[in-house]
Amino acid sequence: MPAGAAVLRTTAPDVAADTQAQLSAEIEAAHRAYAEGLAQGAPREHGPRRDWPPYRSSILRHPTKDLHHADPETIELFAPVFGERDIGALESDLTVQHGGEPIGERIVVRGRVVDGEGRPVRRQLVEVWQANAAGRYVHKRDQHPAPVDPNFTGVGRMLTDDDGWYQFQTIKPGPYPWKNHFNAWRPAHIHFSLFGTELTQRVVTQMYFPGDPLFALDPIYQSIQDPRARELLVATYDHDVSQHEWATGYRWDIVLSGSHRTWTEPNDDPAE
Amino acid sequence: MSDPTREPIPPTPAQTVGPFFGYALPYTRGNELVEPGTPGAVRLHGTVYDGAGVPVPDALVEIWQADPAGAVVARSGSLLRDGTFTGWGRAETDREGGYWFRTLEPGATEPGRPPFFAVTVFARGLQDRLFTRAYLPAADGAGHGVDAAPGVGGPGAAAPGAGAGAGAEAAGAGAGAGAGVGAGAAARDSARAGLLETEPLLASLEPERRATLVTSRETDGSLRFDIRLQGGPQGEEETVFLTYDPPRAVPAGAGAGAGATAANASGAMTSGVAGTRGTSNQPTVNERGSYPIGLVPSQGGIDA
Repeated sequence: MPAGAAVLRTTAPDVAADTQAQLSAEIEAAHRAYAEGLAQGAPREHGPRRDWPPYRSSILRHPTKDLHHADPETIELFAPVFGERDIGALESDLTVQHGGEPIGERIVVRGRVVDGEGRPVRRQLVEVWQANAAGRYVHKRDQHPAPVDPNFTGVGRMLTDDDGWYQFQTIKPGPYPWKNHFNAWRPAHIHFSLFGTELTQRVVTQMYFPGDPLFALDPIYQSIQDPRARELLVATYDHDVSQHEWATGYRWDIVLSGSHRTWTEPNDDPAE
Repeated sequence: MSDPTREPIPPTPAQTVGPFFGYALPYTRGNELVEPGTPGAVRLHGTVYDGAGVPVPDALVEIWQADPAGAVVARSGSLLRDGTFTGWGRAETDREGGYWFRTLEPGATEPGRPPFFAVTVFARGLQDRLFTRAYLPAADGAGHGVDAAPGVGGPGAAAPGAGAGAGAEAAGAGAGAGAGVGAGAAARDSARAGLLETEPLLASLEPERRATLVTSRETDGSLRFDIRLQGGPQGEEETVFLTYDPPRAVPAGAGAGAGATAANASGAMTSGVAGTRGTSNQPTVNERGSYPIGLVPSQGGIDA
């Protein structure tokens, strides 16, 4: 441990004191072990590690036991149904929820939600939330000294269309400082919450922007050991999504896990 | 697209819900699947604990359940809450780690099986959602829970009714219809006697861990389901969390270290392989069982 970190920890025990160099060393050691395991025939990992000490908050919050296998039963083979009536017409435009225009780089994010077999996830709920252009969340527990934007809340909802596409308009979020360690910064990201056609496909994740210099330093992004899997979280700039004199565009497709039940047409919604 | 040999597409990895979902995901009456005073309404509540026994104030709990007749609901309106029972709800934990839902007790979706709430847990510090089940209690003739005996009241267990925080009393009053443990609830609990013992998932667990999946009937008629992300020196109080994926292989020679790594990685066993229900065609250790680290059966190419 570098001497500087020890001093910080002693003098301010309630302040995140580990250095980025320490964190980066932990991450690199794990990634090296993963790569060596792969070379010896260990399976490729698709998701983040649950037991991942570099993300300090995970230490007391991850299950220590292996997940227990259960054959999914009826209810678990279906997902809740959402409809147009659940969502306001303006909820997919995060730039029009207040009296004025939010500050920042206006962007459109578009992508397709499919299952593990490539089938579109139709008419299903997509929820997003994010920091503003200054990297500040509206949340009361975010008190870091960056400005709140009175014209930006940073919450959106939409349904995928009949071919699994979602699209929303927002402003590009800024990087966000957090207290995992000293001088810790999260790469700019948008949180996504997704449902599939069955409960087993439920996922919450984060979309990142291409070329972010903070990727290598971020314990959350790097909790995914596999470099190919990490790249799946990074949107691509898409000029076909950009709009003339209005917004730049990003494309981010989402693949849910494979379904467990024999696939049938999605249920009709009798309430609609 | 219908080619069964087609390579599954790797799933998009999960990332933690983080600390700031509180202004985004919870919504008005998300935890109220039915209105106060609805016949049969019950309060499902509990506390989420971390490995130090400390309540988790920034967790999100979702339930998905059948209706009282055991039917899977396919109606929209969960975000609208216009009186339609949708079977789905969402609650954030309060400062004491407590959550509560006002809902209806699910019926069995298959004859002879004990009914349960499918529960999904998110939290800051949790990299990926956790699935579990909250089974309705079964009681013997004296009204004693049969499965809720050991291990339920672990360290830090909240006093009955105290953990759900603000709003709990109002919900309880509405949910209990003013009658405490109604004769109906007691009779239903008794009618389920024996069902939990024969449930394959529960039967595959040690008794103290089994108890983590069974709600307890409180004296006010409510159902309590505490969630422990970790707990006990050997993890024996940790809530049993589930994976629905068929077991995946660690190739011979990969070593115990690599095996442990894979087992603890979210999605390590999720290659998106399509399958119909059940895993009888899979080389499972035991269709009821969990997967001891390093003992999962050999199977080729997880992600060739």
